[in-house]
Amino acid sequence: MSPAVAGGLFIASLVLVLVLAYRLFGDYMFRAVSSSRHFRAERLVYRAVGVNPDGEQSWGIYARSVLAFSAVSVLALYLFQRVQDRLLLNLGFPAVKSDQAWNTAVSFVTNTNWQSYSGEATMGHLVQMSGLAVQNFASAAVGIAVAVALVRGFARSKTDQLGNFWVDLVRICVRILLPVAIVGATVLIAGGVVQNLSGGTDVPTVAGGSQTITGGPVASQEVIKEFGTNGGGFYNANSSHPFENPTGWTNWVQLFLILLIPFSLPRVFGRMVGDRKQGLAIAAIMAVLAIGSVVALNALQLSHPGTVPTAVGGATEGTETRFGVAQSATFAAITTLTSTGAVNSFHDSYTSLGGMVAMLNMMLGEVAPGGTGSGLYGMLILAVLTVFVAGLMVGRTPEYLGKKIGAREIKFASLYLLTTPALVLIGTAVAMSSAQARASMANPGAHGLSEVLYAFTSASNNNGSAFAGISVNTTFYNTALGLCMMLGRFLPIIFVLGLAGSLARQTPVPASAGTLRTHQLLFIGMVVGVTLIVVALTYLPALALGPLAEGIR
Amino acid sequence: MTTLTTPAPRRVGGGLLDPRQLWKSVPDALRKLNPATLWRNPVMFIVEIGSVFTTVLAVADPSVFAWAITVWLWLTVLFANLAEAVAEGRGKAQADTLRRAKSDTTARRLTDWAPGRTDATEEQVPAAMLRLGDVVVVEAGQVIPGDGDVIEGIASVDESAITGESAPVIRESGGDRSAVTGGTKVLSDRIVVRITQKPGESFVDRMIALVEGANRQKTPNEIALNILLASLTIIFLLAVATLQPLAIFSKAVQGFAPDTAALDGDGVTGIVLVSLLVCLIPTTIGALLSAIGIAGMDRLVQRNVLAMSGRAVEAAGDVNTLLLDKTGTITLGNRQASEFVPVAGVDIADLASAAQLSSLADETPEGRSVVVHAKTAHGLRERGPGELAAATWVPFTAQTRMSGVDVEEDGRVRQVRKGAATAVMKWVRDNGGHPSDDVGGIVDAVSGSGGTPLVVAERVAGRPARALGVIHLKDVVKDGMRERFDEMRRMGIRTVMITGDNPVTAKAIAQEAGVDDFLAEATPEDKMALIKKEQEGGKLVAMTGDGTNDAPALAQADVGVAMNSGTSAAKEAGNMVDLDSDPTKLIEIVEIGKQLLITRGALTTFSIANDIAKYFAIIPAMFVAVYPGLDTLNIMRLASPTSAILSAVIFNAIVIVTLIPLALRGVRYRPGDASSMLRRNLLVYGAGGIVVPFVGIKAIDLLIQFVPGIS
Repeated sequence: MSPAVAGGLFIASLVLVLVLAYRLFGDYMFRAVSSSRHFRAERLVYRAVGVNPDGEQSWGIYARSVLAFSAVSVLALYLFQRVQDRLLLNLGFPAVKSDQAWNTAVSFVTNTNWQSYSGEATMGHLVQMSGLAVQNFASAAVGIAVAVALVRGFARSKTDQLGNFWVDLVRICVRILLPVAIVGATVLIAGGVVQNLSGGTDVPTVAGGSQTITGGPVASQEVIKEFGTNGGGFYNANSSHPFENPTGWTNWVQLFLILLIPFSLPRVFGRMVGDRKQGLAIAAIMAVLAIGSVVALNALQLSHPGTVPTAVGGATEGTETRFGVAQSATFAAITTLTSTGAVNSFHDSYTSLGGMVAMLNMMLGEVAPGGTGSGLYGMLILAVLTVFVAGLMVGRTPEYLGKKIGAREIKFASLYLLTTPALVLIGTAVAMSSAQARASMANPGAHGLSEVLYAFTSASNNNGSAFAGISVNTTFYNTALGLCMMLGRFLPIIFVLGLAGSLARQTPVPASAGTLRTHQLLFIGMVVGVTLIVVALTYLPALALGPLAEGIR
Repeated sequence: MTTLTTPAPRRVGGGLLDPRQLWKSVPDALRKLNPATLWRNPVMFIVEIGSVFTTVLAVADPSVFAWAITVWLWLTVLFANLAEAVAEGRGKAQADTLRRAKSDTTARRLTDWAPGRTDATEEQVPAAMLRLGDVVVVEAGQVIPGDGDVIEGIASVDESAITGESAPVIRESGGDRSAVTGGTKVLSDRIVVRITQKPGESFVDRMIALVEGANRQKTPNEIALNILLASLTIIFLLAVATLQPLAIFSKAVQGFAPDTAALDGDGVTGIVLVSLLVCLIPTTIGALLSAIGIAGMDRLVQRNVLAMSGRAVEAAGDVNTLLLDKTGTITLGNRQASEFVPVAGVDIADLASAAQLSSLADETPEGRSVVVHAKTAHGLRERGPGELAAATWVPFTAQTRMSGVDVEEDGRVRQVRKGAATAVMKWVRDNGGHPSDDVGGIVDAVSGSGGTPLVVAERVAGRPARALGVIHLKDVVKDGMRERFDEMRRMGIRTVMITGDNPVTAKAIAQEAGVDDFLAEATPEDKMALIKKEQEGGKLVAMTGDGTNDAPALAQADVGVAMNSGTSAAKEAGNMVDLDSDPTKLIEIVEIGKQLLITRGALTTFSIANDIAKYFAIIPAMFVAVYPGLDTLNIMRLASPTSAILSAVIFNAIVIVTLIPLALRGVRYRPGDASSMLRRNLLVYGAGGIVVPFVGIKAIDLLIQFVPGIS
């Protein structure tokens, strides 16, 4: 079987299983977030925290709850790292430096999981297990909760109630994330992922030297790293490390886990607004963009011109031989499309244009299918924007699912769209004009510029994958990227909830023959076009001096 | 005369742009360069700042390229101002005509008028001094000094100064034709008018303000679009501003690269940076947005409709339900004879003849329609009253409810009668006849189908009277209404017919006209309730009305079009006034509202789609010296970096001025469902917006590459 055929089968089988899971898992999540019953365990949590689970929140309160929860999470995770040296299971590691602890705390709370540290050389088991892995659950749940609140804005009318953040958070953890994580971890352990509390084993290597191999509770963290589209690896080598991702089939399982929630959430959207076709349309938009990107990245990696790549059948540099070029390219595309940021190969070694596709995936705003929750709300914002322009062209004040898209709605949608490009572009510009920041660059010229652009794109879009090639564990990068992650996460969340609030207040306009059909092919194509054009128009000048300059000859 | 044909439905279109108008608006366009007013348009304000900046740079370091860019950037701003100035200019012309109507008049104020009193004291005051509630008298040949309601008398009034319609209209006290407008002229008789306006707030004053756009406010949709355009502008501002450090870095690491007009050691030159920015921000729609809005109002004015706010015009495009009065809108004003139904044993030709005979002297529209039907359907020549020997005409009265004629035929007197079924049947019985059951059956059948039956009977001297048959009078639905309602349905608009008729009649007409629903035996309260019910379901409702009792419903409706012939109360309550008092126009108003929104959406799409080609022109031009590989992106094969950038800037400016006529006229609008409309507009303005600039920029480049100093 040629690499292209094997790669094609790998992708096709993923698509097939996701199509099957769309309805099943989507319906399961729909029931979880819209049920009126509370489990006993959940009630215990509500009582402990002091929340009335049957009281609902307006958008302002919902947003404040998200922010308060996240602020406490950042603070707790920061302190946890700062006192690591005094805790159990620290493997003898010292306390984490303040700028790095801030960066890591923000990174995990924002579901970015950018890592300016090397896991096995910085974090003890306790911090990994009860600090980082806990945020892997919580940050994923926050994203889903915000998406669900936005969908409630579409589904409800004449109300300012968007649900209860605490209930959404707890339910998503208890009913969606935990059960799948337990099953998934078991499967990964069966596949060879380690799960122990070992401090490290000294082994003699083939070359005759000696190497310390750190063990740890890897599987339990690995599963939520993928399932919650987090991406922060237990090991520095992330999913290319054989203890995290030992075989081709665990690689497949990891990708399935990454895509499961983002691709099934549109079904929840369709069910909640009472029109399954609307959910299917959103999933289709995501799928078109995702499949296009996966195919493009594979094509660029497999057909790279040049003597060596041609001889070996693709750009093998930076890839693991047990995955090969195609599975690496697919992983790279999916991890950047979903705001996961896990890697099983090194993106810096990719062909220039291949690396650009990975960058573009993030620049899309993490919407195809995007992170857990954030993918759905980002895509809905793009749909709102498309509806605005398309709606005008059918001669009506634009409306989406019966809700009018007026000045207030466009204001929130525009602010959302403005945030990440502003962070990416300003961040890159500042880094490129500061001599101190430029000193971190290991590569000169266009490739060096690509690395910086990639870093800010990854942080601002809460992806977390690294192009590498620059030393980011510096005060400048830890601080700047930390700010990008924080603003890139929470400003959009505020705008999304604001939009949800103003949608929920409206009386829906009944659909008629004059209403724009938002589930038809024409609309799906238009959202795809708007997404691509908005991205291309914003980032093309910067890309021209980075990957394009390097890749076009 | 009532005619059976109505004019073919007018499609939304607009006056053509007179090139002279462009030239005449240049001074206004120059005046609009003032930043104190231009800042309201954020997109063009940015372009103006950029133009000032490049001017400074061009003065400091002159070159053909720098000056060419500078001039074209200024032209870009100027063209945008020109679009707005031309749109406003059309309104100004209209306002001037109106001002002429508002010449200084003297009012004859009655100080102690009371109903019925004829000897009230009269004093002369200037029209401008009239207060709300004053009573004035106006006689033939005089100009009505202010807006008001006729409270005594009846007069024919020439309203051509406002409506442009030369035929005089009747205005009388009481009823729904009592409103008069200041500046119009009484042609006959004498009326007493109670002034209903405050000084300086007359209808004409408001019209002038409206068409001049003096108190023009941005509509909700315009505000939303402006927010989007401002955000896009900020994004591109960021994209361009943050490019500089990247460019400096790239230039530094590629030390061998020569300095060019676009890029030197200090980064991208100011002129090229501004050029890139101006080409990327949505200048096309930014330049034309306010012109589109003004022109939309103007298109209504051209159809003699005055919208009190732009918001109302926009709402018209969104309307879900149209409430249409039956009479005058859906049907012709009067019922018409459509069929003669003879009773058994009577020849239809005899019935037709008798029906015609009995109607010859009937001057009511119904009576005339019987004569017309007899001629068109049965070939009976119209007989002049003089042709009949010793004819005695029996006119219609409210008491007898019959009309007819007594003629001498073959030496015997023949009486023919036609009228309301009960009245004629009684006449038959009174004259010794026995109307057969047949007649009753026909009468019921006609009533049941929504028509009005008139029975025709005759009595020849010496014999008992007998009924000959029935004339079927029915409401005649105007030509083309069914097709228009079908169009409305395709556009997703529900039409509801409002009528005072009973449900049976209403249903029959509703079915014939093809409306979706009807409201029979409608009272103003019913109308109001219907509007509220629709609105509670999130629907927008449009209606027309003229009477004082329509006022609450007009105020409640999202689009309330008052007839100019109606009362002041109605005009005050609605948010539009139709000067032609043509209720059918509501449909056109909806189309204009839709066209306005479509034009905005289409030009926004076009504007954004244009950027793709501009990138392919400018990006390689900027950086090809540093990274020669980027020349691959120069897919238009433009002659040189400078010609490429200049071509993009010129195209960007020219496209604005080219699209002014489209902005003023509105994009072509054909009713249809949402999907087909979107497909068409997306193809023309989306795909077209991508392709056109590639062609345009290449064409400009082919020309300007020969200009010395550019290549």
